[in-house]
Amino acid sequence: MRTLPFALSLILVAAGVFAFGRWLGNSYAFFAGYVVVQYIVLGTAWNILGGYTGYVNFGITAFFAIGAYSTVVLHKLAPVLPLPVMIVVGGVLAGIVGLGTGYLTLRLRGVFFSIATLALAVVVQTLITNWDFVGGARGAYVLRPRTAPLIGGEYMQYLCLIMLGLGVIVLVTARSIQRSALGYGFAAIRDDEGAAEASGVPTLRLKLIATTLSGAFMGMAGAPLPYYVTYLDPASGFSLNYAVNAIAMPLIGGTGSWLGPVVGAVLVGGLQEYLRVTISSAVNVLVAGVLMVLFVIVAPQGIVGLFQRKR
Amino acid sequence: MSALLEVSGLGKQFGGFVALDGIDLDVMPGERLGLIGPNGSGKSTLVNCICGTLQNETGHVRFAGDVLDGEPAHRRTQRGLARSFQLPRPFASLSLAENLRIPILYTVNARAGGGLAGAAIDARCRDLLGQVGLAEKADRLPRDLTQIEMRKLELARAMAAQPKLLIADEAMAGLSHTEVDEIIALLIRLNEQGVTVIMIEHIMRAVMEFSQRLAVLVAGRKIADGEPKDVVREPEVVRAYLGE
Repeated sequence: MRTLPFALSLILVAAGVFAFGRWLGNSYAFFAGYVVVQYIVLGTAWNILGGYTGYVNFGITAFFAIGAYSTVVLHKLAPVLPLPVMIVVGGVLAGIVGLGTGYLTLRLRGVFFSIATLALAVVVQTLITNWDFVGGARGAYVLRPRTAPLIGGEYMQYLCLIMLGLGVIVLVTARSIQRSALGYGFAAIRDDEGAAEASGVPTLRLKLIATTLSGAFMGMAGAPLPYYVTYLDPASGFSLNYAVNAIAMPLIGGTGSWLGPVVGAVLVGGLQEYLRVTISSAVNVLVAGVLMVLFVIVAPQGIVGLFQRKR
Repeated sequence: MSALLEVSGLGKQFGGFVALDGIDLDVMPGERLGLIGPNGSGKSTLVNCICGTLQNETGHVRFAGDVLDGEPAHRRTQRGLARSFQLPRPFASLSLAENLRIPILYTVNARAGGGLAGAAIDARCRDLLGQVGLAEKADRLPRDLTQIEMRKLELARAMAAQPKLLIADEAMAGLSHTEVDEIIALLIRLNEQGVTVIMIEHIMRAVMEFSQRLAVLVAGRKIADGEPKDVVREPEVVRAYLGE
């Protein structure tokens, strides 16, 4: 399928999901749906660098929280700004940090790159915790408006719609990359960086594109968060859950294709939301952990890999 | 006619160890050059310095008249300087056809006026695989290949970049007699199509059969360069290989 028909059908699916939520008329559905779609965005963003290019980023919360805290700042400085603008700002900031991370870690490969990104998360968390303007360790309240702009109804519905739109954008981008020269270049880097360079692939430039894009999308996924939680402190913005899920979901779904993170997020995210309300709110991390271990052993190519033709 | 590749005064050190010391080497367009030397004599380091995987510390590398010093490897490949690796390094998660697609996308399509689109790229990949006898395995993964097929894939990937100069770094190590003949025939066919070839090899039979000219490296220095028949008789070369 070409990109345009794919984008249109994805928009149709998103519209269908949203219409279904409205028909249910249950505000919890929007809360749960928001989380699942947020993980689709976050998992896909991680996958551009981790799955396509083979650089495992553990510093997800750094980028995610940069997006979230840029919204906190904008909410204090210019609360009239529409949410999509805040998302773009958060994405740009996280993208710049992604570019910087790429530059600083150019010589690092494999596990050493991962450790450096882990350090990045700690550094950003320390900075935010000590920044009084955004509430420091106390956290910040971001009260969401009572009603949604444009569409009416609860504001939560608007948040969900925005996240669905973001999901469409991220998935179309990820799929286009996968099928383009850029995607082949990423795959070459993942398989053998030296051989990629010898085949004419400008590995440095491509790695920077990957870190920037991946960081930007993670920031965009985090930007609406303050309006979702209404109270954001470093402990929740930098929660390990985001990092674990953003890695577990692509791994479970399959890292080689754009569909993997979607399958993983819907499955794991859905299961977590279900268990959160039926059993315990703490069991969701266990789900991601157990499933991740299981899939790494039983199906290292993920669910999508199980269905792909055996070559 | 001016040389396609000019290496002059090339030097490279690893810490206190001098790997290459003032290497001068010219390769003419269309030539078939053999490069030999005992293990550790600096052959692979020389290839790495020519191709940009390593950067030389002294001297210069010129290709088609342009100085390449400091240029990254991918730019050199785009200029038409391709290599195969001593140990095959295929892109393991990509099919054979896709393995060849990468150099086409990033070298041929990066050059001016050389744009190939979707179906044309695929046709070209399959054509190249046909030339090395791997057409039937185009959609398989590299892990399904035998050792010689892996070498052929390695050469096909270097050929896919449409190079002016191909450096085959021990493309035949570990292959059987007939397999060596196959690779030699492949390289000679390529040379007849106008590609200059540098062959680095330990198998003397292959080197003597293939080379029009032979250069010998010993301990980071070039000790001989000339007609293959004469070079292998030079006392210094004999001493390097057989001892006093």
